Amino acid sequence: MATETRINTETVLEVEDLRTYFRTRWGTVKAVDGISFDLRKGETLGIVGESGCGKSVTMLSLMRLIPTPPGRIVSGKIILDGDDLVQLSENELGKIRGSKIALIIQDPMTSLNPVFTIGDQVEEAIKIHQDIPKRSVMEHALQVLRKVNIPAAESRMKDYPHQMSGGMRQRVVGAIGISCQPKVLIADEPTTSLDVTIQAQYLKLLKDLQKDSDMSLIFITHDFGIVAKMCDRVAVMYAGRIVEHGSVRDIFNNPSHPYTAALLASVPKMDVDVDRLFSIEGQPPPLHNLPVGCSFADRCPVVMDKCREAYPNRSTVSDGHTAACWKLE
Amino acid sequence: MQKYLARRFVLAFVTLLAVSLIIFIMSRVSGDPRHIYLDDYSTQEDWDRMGVVLGLDKPYYQQYGLFLKGAIRGDLGESVREARPVTSVIWERLPATLMLGAVAFTLSLLIGVPLGILSAIKRGTPLDALGKLVALIGQSAPPFWLGIMLMFFFAVKLGVLPPYGKQDWNSIVLPAVTLGWYYAAANLRLVRSAMLDVLDSEYIKLARAKGVNSRTVILKHAFRNALIPPLTFAGVTLGALVTGSLVVETVFAWPGLGRLAIEALFAFDYPLLQGVVITFTLLYVIAAFIVDVLYAYVDPRIRYA
Repeated sequence: MATETRINTETVLEVEDLRTYFRTRWGTVKAVDGISFDLRKGETLGIVGESGCGKSVTMLSLMRLIPTPPGRIVSGKIILDGDDLVQLSENELGKIRGSKIALIIQDPMTSLNPVFTIGDQVEEAIKIHQDIPKRSVMEHALQVLRKVNIPAAESRMKDYPHQMSGGMRQRVVGAIGISCQPKVLIADEPTTSLDVTIQAQYLKLLKDLQKDSDMSLIFITHDFGIVAKMCDRVAVMYAGRIVEHGSVRDIFNNPSHPYTAALLASVPKMDVDVDRLFSIEGQPPPLHNLPVGCSFADRCPVVMDKCREAYPNRSTVSDGHTAACWKLE
Repeated sequence: MQKYLARRFVLAFVTLLAVSLIIFIMSRVSGDPRHIYLDDYSTQEDWDRMGVVLGLDKPYYQQYGLFLKGAIRGDLGESVREARPVTSVIWERLPATLMLGAVAFTLSLLIGVPLGILSAIKRGTPLDALGKLVALIGQSAPPFWLGIMLMFFFAVKLGVLPPYGKQDWNSIVLPAVTLGWYYAAANLRLVRSAMLDVLDSEYIKLARAKGVNSRTVILKHAFRNALIPPLTFAGVTLGALVTGSLVVETVFAWPGLGRLAIEALFAFDYPLLQGVVITFTLLYVIAAFIVDVLYAYVDPRIRYA
């Protein structure tokens, strides 16, 4: 059952060559095409990339929530706490979702069910995963709501989502996420639709919760500011693949893939006055019709002939820092 | 909640008042009611006396007041054809119409809602295609034709059900199916599209991410949300099933209010027709009010608005 790799560094989650494809009328869309990474206990991994690069499909694959059909995990392993999630049945997954691996989704305005009370929705996960009497379920729900700093949690339990602000709702979603002390919490752009002050509060809250419980966090975002603030390590995704992977320091100080460098260059800087903000020319390739070589070749400022012939292997830049680019070989 | 219900109640009352005014105006516009009650052999004296009895000698606003007063007391005048109070004629026919409406409504829910859910879950499968066929027939076949076809097939060819009238318990089957099919089809389509929308929503994703199993996701999280559009429609349905029974009751010779209305129309029995219209309105308003209450129960956003 358990894999023996990296016992001493306590790997909680290990993803190996994960491929998630979607069948569409235009052909097979390779939304996630062979990504591998691991996540250690208490660590925060950022998955960064532009819209449509496969971040959210990665998240859904990890939860095994890919709508099938049309989507399917074609190959790969997702090893969480010794179990390969790819192999588990829907029943077994039900026991793992929400308890060992939990999710905070993007839009707080739509991620809570409008017809049930906050209390109902927080209690639900607890009821499913913990065999405790009804009375304690309520106590427990109240506790997690307090943990995410919901004021007057007791009376809020009886409220419906529409009676709360966006920030409050996102806290509730967070409370649901942590309610069963998951080993891994996936946050899919949890702050995108919050305004900036609320955003900062929410990020701090997540950080505090993580410290308390030693859970590992996967942070899916396109915002490098959040990455710098929250993450220990970063995986940069482009067209369904991880193009660069390393510690936050590595990525920021020594971006080794031209795409990462371009992404970082397009973050506006406070201290430099420019007429026009930097942007990466062109569009990502269509995922149902990927080029033979490197998928970034058409937009790459340092493209070589080789880049259009074959996809580059992962090269090690320094310890724990890899990038897939021909320039590095 | 109380505020919402109070508002709905007032609205229902205003609707009734407005309809009563329209009916009053129409009854006066359509001519002097004495033409109906009196025959060619009546004298001018009879004419005047009748005018005093009916209050026609008073100004219009007072006549309307009298009309309202009578209506509230349950006095809707006298049926010309049957020579007895309109209310007692209506009272006799009401149960049959209510029964037919109730059975048809139940049928439309029992068929429309589960088929709608299944069509949504099994989208693109033969089951979904079957649902589409049921919906297509229900929504495109006119009830009089559908009724005759059902009668022809089940009563004449197979002889398993009585073709018309109201004798045995099974006489209700054909008229109820004819009446309910359209609404079953409408419910099916509404539930299907609502369910598809809901199943695609973020909160369903979150529910599944919590570890809720698919059955509970569908029956608890999705269903209650998918119920909102068909419930809105049920307000129309409930009323329309009662009032829309005109055609079906006529086709199947069902002794209800719809047929009574047609009979009254052909007999120039205006007081009776007017009484039936008022009854229909009352039923419609009651149905709409019930649905509003249910609506608030299902959707907290309305309850607390």
